[in-house]
Amino acid sequence: MANDGVLIRARGLVKRFGDFVAVNGIDVDVRAGEAFGFLGPNGAGKSSTMRMIGCVSPPSGGELRILGMDPRRDGPAIRARLGVCPQLDNLDPELTVRENLTTYARYFGIPRRVARERAAELLEFVQLTERANSRVEPLSGGMKRRLTIARALVNEPDIVLLDEPTTGLDPQARHLVWERLFRLKQQGVTLVLTTHYMDEAEQLCDRLVVMDGGRIVAEGSPRELIERYSTREVVELRFGGEEQESFAGKLTGIGERTEVLPDRILLYVADGDAAVTEVHARALTPASVLVRRSTLEDVFLHLTGRTLVD
Amino acid sequence: MSVSTVARPRAGLVGRVPALAVLEYQLVLYRRTWRAGVFSSFLLPVLTMVGFGVGVGAYVESGVGGVPYLDFIVPGLIASTALQVAVGESTWPVLSSFEWVKSYVAQAASPLRVGDILGGHVAFVLFRVLTSSLAFLLVAALFGTLHSPWALAVPPLVLLIGLAVTTPVFAYSSWVSSDNYLSLLFRFAVIPMSLFAGVFFPVESLPVGLRWLAYVSPLWHGVDLCRAATLGTAPDWSAPGHLLYLGAWAVGGWLLARLRFRRRLVI
Repeated sequence: MANDGVLIRARGLVKRFGDFVAVNGIDVDVRAGEAFGFLGPNGAGKSSTMRMIGCVSPPSGGELRILGMDPRRDGPAIRARLGVCPQLDNLDPELTVRENLTTYARYFGIPRRVARERAAELLEFVQLTERANSRVEPLSGGMKRRLTIARALVNEPDIVLLDEPTTGLDPQARHLVWERLFRLKQQGVTLVLTTHYMDEAEQLCDRLVVMDGGRIVAEGSPRELIERYSTREVVELRFGGEEQESFAGKLTGIGERTEVLPDRILLYVADGDAAVTEVHARALTPASVLVRRSTLEDVFLHLTGRTLVD
Repeated sequence: MSVSTVARPRAGLVGRVPALAVLEYQLVLYRRTWRAGVFSSFLLPVLTMVGFGVGVGAYVESGVGGVPYLDFIVPGLIASTALQVAVGESTWPVLSSFEWVKSYVAQAASPLRVGDILGGHVAFVLFRVLTSSLAFLLVAALFGTLHSPWALAVPPLVLLIGLAVTTPVFAYSSWVSSDNYLSLLFRFAVIPMSLFAGVFFPVESLPVGLRWLAYVSPLWHGVDLCRAATLGTAPDWSAPGHLLYLGAWAVGGWLLARLRFRRRLVI
């Protein structure tokens, strides 16, 4: 029995591929009913962690308990209660939308009649009822992703694992997916997702960890992370010309932290308007001024850096 | 949502034998193409009967060892049909299930074990082998080329041939990363076997130094057994020996394929 409602518990979890350490000793607790996010740049170890939780990749070290069971020993029993939405769709393009659900349900030992009923309900839920009998191949990316999510729900799972659920979707499709996932959350389904979209994490996650280089570098709710690693507001200043650098010196002392980018200067401050007043008081006249609230993106870039990871 | 430690109860036969769910998936897929398949399954043997019976047979007046040429090659062709279907269904479909459609990857995320995934797909290949061979057997019977009630042993024999060929080919297909390697298998294994493993002429007609090539191939063992069954004669080699040899290919192939599947799905 999973005690105190912890469904997933990792302690010092490690995944190695030869000499490469993909996950380097992480501690995670995911509680029943919460939406938990793994954030991080590419190669941070998010997907490796998800695969270990999905019981398709044995941990190289540390402890992992899922639903109170050991993935090394109880893989099939755990997988029976997980729903998995992989990063790359692996629907069968030759089968119809409905057949993709009913054949998958059978892998869980679900009787045919129940599988058909559940497929009908789930297609309704992801708004694909009209396409039930069409083949999967011509569907749009958003429809395919919704179908993959429906497939992940076919066994009425206790935990749904979503690996980058909206990567590659257009804005309308993303919002529809978010809205469906939010509904699931309201129904009490535990969601575990990876993403590198900060707005997605802010929309969906109750709690999240930021991963970088196989380690957890921060943990908390989106609000807590912003409070801890960023300021309440951010002032974005753009000065005419190309030498933002030369203005940076004149801004010393305003706010907690200054970041100089090629096209603008960011001031991390508690009170944006007060900071702008101070900027003007120093007789500086930026071409544009934007005061905005701190976002998870600021936290993320602060923690994992702006260097491009390919 | 409730959290319990027991896995949900699984109902029915699929609950007890999870590999059947994989077989079912393959059959649902096959439902889209089976009509075209059935037609060619019957057309090919009919063309063969006419071409070899009436055409080539007319030149081979003496037959082979006192048996009309058509009757001699029919059991060989049934065995080689089993080989062709088994290899065809175990190459591109397997690579695709890993690389393109990724159905194995989807299955591995469900409660199915690697053995269920492999077993269910192998069962489907055997189904295809059996139905294609039965079509051939039926046509062969209509043309009067079956001489013994032992012909009833042909269906289980083609299943054994199918298994002996399918499992090692599954291992091979799950080893390679590109389909170029699959064409090599046809060029260097299937075609030479079909030509030299006793289907069209007795292996004794080959130079002594080359005969061993036929003897190591699983096909020759299958051909010899099928021929003994349809003609009602004794096989050229010990029947239990043939069965054990084919069984060894099947078991060895299965173990190797399961190892490769695990390497590729559980990483």
